[in-house]
Amino acid sequence: MSDTADKVKKIVVEHLGVEESKVTTEASFIDDLGADSLDTVELVMAFEEAFGVEIPDDAAEKITTVKDAIDYIEKQKSA
Amino acid sequence: MFGHLVAPRRVVVTGMGIACPLGLGVENVWKRMLAGESGLAAIQNFDTSALPAKIAGQVPVGTRAEGKLDISEWIPVKDQKKMDRFIQLALVAATEAVEDSGWAPGEDQQEERCRTGVMIGSGIGGLPTIFEASTLIQQGKTRRISPFFIPSALINLASGHVSIKYGFKGPNHAVVTACATGVHALGDAARLIALNDADVMVAGGAEAAVAEIGMAGFCASRALSTAFNDQPTKGSRPWDRDRDGFVMGEGAGVVVLEELEHAKRRGAKIYAEVIGYGMSGDAYHITSPTEDGDGAFRAMRAALMSAGVEPSQIQYVNAHGTSTPMGDDIELQAVERLWGDEAKSLAMSSTKSAIGHLLGAAGAVEGIFSILAIRDGVAPPTLNLEDPSRESPIDRVALEAQPRKIDTVLSNSFGFGGTNASIIFRKAA
Repeated sequence: MSDTADKVKKIVVEHLGVEESKVTTEASFIDDLGADSLDTVELVMAFEEAFGVEIPDDAAEKITTVKDAIDYIEKQKSA
Repeated sequence: MFGHLVAPRRVVVTGMGIACPLGLGVENVWKRMLAGESGLAAIQNFDTSALPAKIAGQVPVGTRAEGKLDISEWIPVKDQKKMDRFIQLALVAATEAVEDSGWAPGEDQQEERCRTGVMIGSGIGGLPTIFEASTLIQQGKTRRISPFFIPSALINLASGHVSIKYGFKGPNHAVVTACATGVHALGDAARLIALNDADVMVAGGAEAAVAEIGMAGFCASRALSTAFNDQPTKGSRPWDRDRDGFVMGEGAGVVVLEELEHAKRRGAKIYAEVIGYGMSGDAYHITSPTEDGDGAFRAMRAALMSAGVEPSQIQYVNAHGTSTPMGDDIELQAVERLWGDEAKSLAMSSTKSAIGHLLGAAGAVEGIFSILAIRDGVAPPTLNLEDPSRESPIDRVALEAQPRKIDTVLSNSFGFGGTNASIIFRKAA
């Protein structure tokens, strides 16, 4: 697993207070991990802070799963 | 509007919860209070070097079993960041009160849930949370402000969180009247039941302004004691000659109010009945009471009239008595004027001497102490009242608790802006 994926999952565990085993790559924040819309806003802010990237609102709306977050951040980092 | 009402319904107290500088749990706190213990101490959790006042009453840290607060025992870590400390304390006290009442309508009792409301207020609300968000803006990090900032700071979110936790879908309301908040919340919630808007109300006040911003603000208004920084337990000394301001406290008090027949039908334990409630405004000054105590006098008189009792029928008054040079004697004189010749048989104490001034939570926790004074036939002490600045025929229960025959009590709370409220409880028949 990439460093980015590790770090993303760690942030999800901390912010949503869920068990690590539940945070699979395919997991949806809202459907699988019990987040609400405000939780996801906060989560995206945490990603921005941790990875030093800016995630504009229209992109943030499309980040609904762990995989979405990993892919977006890796794309930004390689850009 | 009220034409459908035959008569106001009777309202009783069936549950109580408390988090205050003497700890958690009604019995634990009350036992310590009657023993003359103080919850005041030097502030340790932030730097007070720039503040003239360095003492406060803070909820002690420890386990629930020890009568102390470990917030993770009460609120999941994930949810803690969504609420300012005043909401967390409200949830703790509300949980205790609801558990104590045994009132827990389930998913299959929607009608009962819809007849159960919440009215928990606060004087200031999420002041530390607002401070943190302002700091981010100041640092150019406006985009870092949490989506939970606003719901964490809003005063009515204490009621909101309690309703969500228990599924209480009745009236959801919040009082904001500075240091009179607690009494207004209890009185207004009782009226909602009396007027048939609800059968059960979870009511009270919560405050957590013992932070640098709150302390600095009250220091600037010259309201806090600064002469007892080296002897924190001596700082709150209502009516004493050496008093020099109030000591800030944090905490929450919540009660379960219930329509009398509703409580009887389910066999609930009944602590006391709310029989009177009165309010007034000073229309005078933003922070000072009128010199003749007219506002306090009229609030107490209105409460007596609504209860239909004479001053002679009240045996104990839980005073607002904050330990400020002006306010204490003004309240004392107002009580003396209203009680007249009966003043000599009255006991009146200020429990703020032990826990400090809990601002918006004060009236709620003091309402609980008033009810316990009825239950146990004992007036809690006014600590540190060693040398009164003014003589009075009223027994101010100096230094030690006094066993007394008490069946009816009046509790006062007055707030900045010139807002006054009094509530009367009577032993359940």
